[in-house]
Amino acid sequence: MKLITAVIRPHRLDEVKTALRETGVQGLTVTEAGGYGRQHGHTEVYRGAEYRVDLVPKIRIEAVVDDADEEAAVDAIVRAARTDRIGDGKVWVQHVETVIRVRTGERGPDAL
Amino acid sequence: MTPVTTAAAGLDSGDTAWLLAATALVLLMTPGLALFYGGMVRTKSVLNMLMMSFVSIALVTVVWLVAGYSLVFGDDAFGGLVGNLAHLGLAGIGPDALTGGVPTLLFSTFQLTFAIITAALISGAVADRTKFAAWLVFVPVWTLLVYAPVAHWVWGPGGWIKDSLGALDFAGGLVVEIASGASGLALALVVGPRIGFRKDAMRPHNLPMVMLGAGLLWFGWLGFNGGSALAANGLAAASMLNTVVAGCTGLLGWLFVEQRRDGHPTTFGAASGAVAGLVAITPACGTVSILGGAAVGLAAGVVCSYAVAWKFRFGYDDSLDVVGVHFAGGIVGTLLIGLFATASMTGGAEGLLYGGGAAQLLRQAVAVVTVAAYTFLVTYGIGKAVDRLMGLRATAEEEVTGLDQTLHAESAYDHGALGHAAPQSASLPRDRKTGP
Repeated sequence: MKLITAVIRPHRLDEVKTALRETGVQGLTVTEAGGYGRQHGHTEVYRGAEYRVDLVPKIRIEAVVDDADEEAAVDAIVRAARTDRIGDGKVWVQHVETVIRVRTGERGPDAL
Repeated sequence: MTPVTTAAAGLDSGDTAWLLAATALVLLMTPGLALFYGGMVRTKSVLNMLMMSFVSIALVTVVWLVAGYSLVFGDDAFGGLVGNLAHLGLAGIGPDALTGGVPTLLFSTFQLTFAIITAALISGAVADRTKFAAWLVFVPVWTLLVYAPVAHWVWGPGGWIKDSLGALDFAGGLVVEIASGASGLALALVVGPRIGFRKDAMRPHNLPMVMLGAGLLWFGWLGFNGGSALAANGLAAASMLNTVVAGCTGLLGWLFVEQRRDGHPTTFGAASGAVAGLVAITPACGTVSILGGAAVGLAAGVVCSYAVAWKFRFGYDDSLDVVGVHFAGGIVGTLLIGLFATASMTGGAEGLLYGGGAAQLLRQAVAVVTVAAYTFLVTYGIGKAVDRLMGLRATAEEEVTGLDQTLHAESAYDHGALGHAAPQSASLPRDRKTGP
């Protein structure tokens, strides 16, 4: 199994959710996040003063999927989150040892 | 405003009724200011901000009754500088005593509400980092040493700005706006900038609260300015209309600048612009025509929208723009009387644009410079003295954690399952049951 983590623009959340559902991903977890990448944020003007905003608002999505579904899920996220502008975010994938469904005690892919 | 302390004239029930209502309106401005300021600070110090205004109501009221009224409106003690001590504790003023056509007790209460909001206004310049105990000491001392003499100069019997200089200040451009603005600047310099100033954005945490506060201020300002006629008459009506108009043109002027300069008309700008217009029309509302009032408000909206950025250039942390709005707006309004004063309102004095020449403008300028210099210097001295006596500033840990939790053991917003409202400061009693 794989843990897919995606950090995306907040306004692309609906599109990414829909795309993941269409590829058959069963569940996901969403968190509001802030961060920066290569540009180290940007400057903003408010009330006549310029500020460095180094933690740009982002959404973090986490989903655990079966090995066979990894590629389709990652492609779906990248396709749905992309706007072709700086700040579209990142997606990364990690190996997951096991997963347990708390209610039933099922383990492994059956728990997804 | 020209109060005449005399028991000879009879009581005018119309004037008295209006001033009773106006006094209630002005008192409401300070809770309004608390919300206006409270919305502008960050979530961790909003209660402290509200408290600084609310406690000013209590402190100034006590000081006013004990000595403040007598120092301002007692007969001149010497040289038009300060009133005598004949009315300490409101001595000798019973329910039958009259000032003009209204009871002196009512006149005193009306004037008290001005002293309250002037002290409370200063708190915006030192928001988020001032020790509450130090504020409790500063406010009474400041009321006696700064507010009382300046109010006597401008409105008191024999006051030198009113009687010798002849400068006009209908409802408090000098006494309230310039005094609070210059004092705010002085105290902000003594207490120093917030941790993170000029680095972090420190945006207002609750703009709806700011808008509500601005609305309450505007509402109360009708009593502030309209009541300053001290009578229910045409001058009160003209002052009130000028107050409505200047708030509107101030709002529009600020938004115009924001749209052109920053690309967005903000709610914060709308609230600030309305207040800037109201500040500027305060000295002028009973001296200029309605068109003059519109011009005064517009000028203040534009000037103040730039003035709030000065703190970033010069490095003084006037956190909530007391200098940028009240000092700058107060100067604009007080000086523009020299251009727009019209005899139909003042009963004599005329401005440059109404054929009066530059004489009135010069008088206004002298008053502005004197009041700004006196209030700045004396407040700076009081701030330094309080700082040496007990420390003016909260510790860095208290400031970063937030003054609500560390100084008041409360939290304005109890969000989340982790119980962030629970007092966490080590200085709090250990036996307090706050969790496991």
